[in-house]
Amino acid sequence: MMKSKAGWTHRSLMLLLMIYLLIPLIGTFMYGFAKQWQTTVLPESWTLEWVLEMFKDLRFLDALWTSFYLCAVSVALSLAVMLPAVFVITVYLPKWETFMKGVVVLPYAVPGVVAAVGLIRTYSSGPIDITGTAYILVGAYFVVILPYMYQGIRNSLLTVSAPELLNSAEMLGASRMRAFATVILPNIWPGVMISTLLSFSVLFGEFVLTNMLVGGHIQTIQVYLYQRVNESGHLASAIAVTYFLFILVLSTVLMKLGKKFNGEAGR
Amino acid sequence: MKHNKRWMLLGLAPFVFMVLAFQLTPILTMLTGSVSKSGGGFTFGYYDKIFHSAFYLQAIKNSLLIAVYSSAIGLIVGLVCAYSITRFAPRIRDRLLMLSNMTSNFAGVPLAFAYIILLGNNGVFTLLFKQWGWDVFAGFNLYSWSGLVLVYVYFQVPLALLLLYPSFYGIRDQWREAAALLGARPWQFWRTVGLPMLTPAIFGTLGILFANAMGAYATAYALVGGNYNLLAIRIGSLVAGDVVNQPEMGSALAVLLALSTLLAVYLNHRMSKRSERFTASYVSGSSEKRGRGGRKRAWLAAKEEAGA
Repeated sequence: MMKSKAGWTHRSLMLLLMIYLLIPLIGTFMYGFAKQWQTTVLPESWTLEWVLEMFKDLRFLDALWTSFYLCAVSVALSLAVMLPAVFVITVYLPKWETFMKGVVVLPYAVPGVVAAVGLIRTYSSGPIDITGTAYILVGAYFVVILPYMYQGIRNSLLTVSAPELLNSAEMLGASRMRAFATVILPNIWPGVMISTLLSFSVLFGEFVLTNMLVGGHIQTIQVYLYQRVNESGHLASAIAVTYFLFILVLSTVLMKLGKKFNGEAGR
Repeated sequence: MKHNKRWMLLGLAPFVFMVLAFQLTPILTMLTGSVSKSGGGFTFGYYDKIFHSAFYLQAIKNSLLIAVYSSAIGLIVGLVCAYSITRFAPRIRDRLLMLSNMTSNFAGVPLAFAYIILLGNNGVFTLLFKQWGWDVFAGFNLYSWSGLVLVYVYFQVPLALLLLYPSFYGIRDQWREAAALLGARPWQFWRTVGLPMLTPAIFGTLGILFANAMGAYATAYALVGGNYNLLAIRIGSLVAGDVVNQPEMGSALAVLLALSTLLAVYLNHRMSKRSERFTASYVSGSSEKRGRGGRKRAWLAAKEEAGA
């Protein structure tokens, strides 16, 4: 009854909230396309100059490529490591799950700065000196996306009731490896895909660890944006807008996939 | 059987290695680093120094204050908006939630940058207001305490909203009708039934928001650089900074920061367990016979926890 129609108070409240949340986004967007924007509510004239300049900037393209590359490598590594591990734990060693929950909640509870301090102290001297290299960053990224990957893979395994599937496959004579590769993997793939994309978008927005661990040596899109902020506002806006649009596309795909997957699982 | 075990080990080994190398060892090194003398031996000297240094104490105080303020404001705004959002038809509600979710991705450097464009020294709105002669914002400085709180609140609100809105569905319309029939005014209903129901969710969310604000580094770093004394910024500059590297001091401060966020996340954990218990008992309450037992169990468990 009440639910179908929201009153005026609720409508205006939501309108205010949306304005508040969207103004910084829209402001950045307009600034990236504005030629002249001073002392008026909307820009006086528009231009594509900044966007074009951005794509001509080799450092930007480099940073974009570095980000893609590092995120892809980290997510791929995480997939390769987490898939068998979570599979073994969920299916064969459910007793370990309490311990796993502790391990997995740590990256949430420990802020990036703190993690960076630990990593720098461990790897900046002594036998393994890898601070400033991509290795340490990939390792750090692995920990950052650990919760998303674990939850995603575990939930998919439970949704498709992996232990039962595996039992049936083995009863029908499939070897364990074959059962995993031909029965379990295709079934959990959509769910795993979602957590992979989510992890990718999380890493794409990572700044703290990247800046503290390898900031001077490797430029990702976030580090590059940070350096550009103080130079040209319009150019930095264009970069921020591009970055945000990318994240937007990614999260739309995520949501579509999620709906599809959940819809199918629910049927 | 033996083959079985080896197979499992093979699957787990890379995972154990990665977690040990990049999660547990760094945390351990940080812990030991914060209590060991530079020549060797054990000391609490760094902690002692921190608690006797006005500078570090101020950083801790600033961080705590900014976390408390931004979480409280974010929570109140989020709570009201979450209630509002549940009053909309599902289709519009999902749109609104999607928009809030989208903006919650907008954090860190890009967010700080957007605020600099709009409200910084030469920001669009700053100049506009000056032109119009509005002096409400004359005393406002984005690169100070008030500016930081403003930007922090921006990323806290959507988070609070997204965390809180599901718990409003735990409050049934029937209860409101029942309360109204018994003569309760809306505010009485909320005071005696609604808010107590939401309490676990509220405290749980508060824990997440607090930890989120305490650990926030990118936003503050991009906005004020090293110019504002915050715990996270201090740690960053002590460990990887441009001035003098004092890794031990940085470790000690990092341990303190981690303690505060761990505590907050633990609060969330306890509270979400409790609210799960609430909702679980109401779900089972749909079938009457089991419902009574479930509710009783939940009540007992809650009592037990309160006593502990």
